[in-house]
Amino acid sequence: MRTIEVLGSGCPNCRRLEANAREAVMMAGVEAEVSHVTDPREIVGRGVMSTPGLAIDGTIVSTGRIPSAGDIATWLSES
Amino acid sequence: MTALTIRRPTLPLPVVAGTAVFAWLVAWIVEAPAADWFTFSVLGLQHDSHLGEATAFFLEDLPKVLLLLLGIVTVVTLIRGFFPPERIRPMLAGRGLVPGSFAAAGLGIVTPFCSCSAVPLFIGFVEAGVPLGVTFAFLISSPMVNEVALVMLWGLFGPAIALAYMAAGLTVAIVGGLVIGKLGLERYVEDYVWELQGRPTISISVRLTWSDRLTDAWSYTRALVRKLLPYLIAGIGIGALIHGYAPTDLVAAIGGRSNPLAVPIVVLLAVPMYSNAAGTIPIVQALLGKGMPLGTTLAFMMAVTAISLPEFVILRRVMKLPLLAVFIGVVSSGIVAIGYLFNVFVS
Repeated sequence: MRTIEVLGSGCPNCRRLEANAREAVMMAGVEAEVSHVTDPREIVGRGVMSTPGLAIDGTIVSTGRIPSAGDIATWLSES
Repeated sequence: MTALTIRRPTLPLPVVAGTAVFAWLVAWIVEAPAADWFTFSVLGLQHDSHLGEATAFFLEDLPKVLLLLLGIVTVVTLIRGFFPPERIRPMLAGRGLVPGSFAAAGLGIVTPFCSCSAVPLFIGFVEAGVPLGVTFAFLISSPMVNEVALVMLWGLFGPAIALAYMAAGLTVAIVGGLVIGKLGLERYVEDYVWELQGRPTISISVRLTWSDRLTDAWSYTRALVRKLLPYLIAGIGIGALIHGYAPTDLVAAIGGRSNPLAVPIVVLLAVPMYSNAAGTIPIVQALLGKGMPLGTTLAFMMAVTAISLPEFVILRRVMKLPLLAVFIGVVSSGIVAIGYLFNVFVS
């Protein structure tokens, strides 16, 4: 089971990223849980200052941008 | 669903970018004559008629602003992809209040900012040891001196007013940062923010190619323009009506020099118009044309971008009320002061 976390306050950009992440899970055909981290303390504690951030299996892979579902799927299958 | 349809261009990147630039330039050159020709030859409206003037104003300004937004926001987004806050922070951490406030205000122009990022950004700056005043200089400058406002001003008012707006915005940010820094309000930052200090920071090592960056910039711009479009159409539409129909005396009576309270009134009016720079600037352009003084105009536009209730609500999570009140007070008085200064010294 993989984990994907979207780090952000729930703004429209964060929701777009979450939608892309869910789509990426389907594209990559993996078992993964997508969750949303909204606590600012935890977001900053993990080194993210520009939201939305994206973490795969606990590792931050992108901040301040909205990677496409295709990109996220590639990261999912690479790592 | 949109993500599936975004494909990497199969043509070489320089060809795609070159074609886009060429198409933009052609559109930019033919846009104004085309609008004139359509209004007066195809629709057969008369020059100097109310309807003709209003229609020409609308048909000329809407494509012009759209072209400017599409072109310049893409370029600015591309450039500021190289200046994420994670990279800006170490540049500001080692500086004193004065050089730091200047640097923070300047960097606020190129750094992306949305109010939903305000909290992580604030905590991130403070925990890295960026002085409070410098952090505020950044928080003021980043939303106020933003590319949408500058592009709209440049396109509709010309470079002089766009640069005046930028200088005024930077001044408010720098002075605001210095004042807040000197007041020593550290104890009014929520306590947990200080407890986070000294945590190790993670560096994110995703390499972005030029193609990634261009795709990012373009999809950001498209989403932004799509979001702004209804406000633009409404704003330019109302601007066109004012341009064609509103009597100059009326505008001058309300917003003119003879009304000493005009500046604070327009600042208050701007509060509920948060982030609608795209929709308000065309209205303001028409008002300026009808005799509203420049300082009042600038104050109104600065208040539209900088005084944002949703942002203040979000920032309440990291600052106690006195600090938030000082922040709002400093920004509003700065804007009102700029308005009066321009009204007195620039005519």
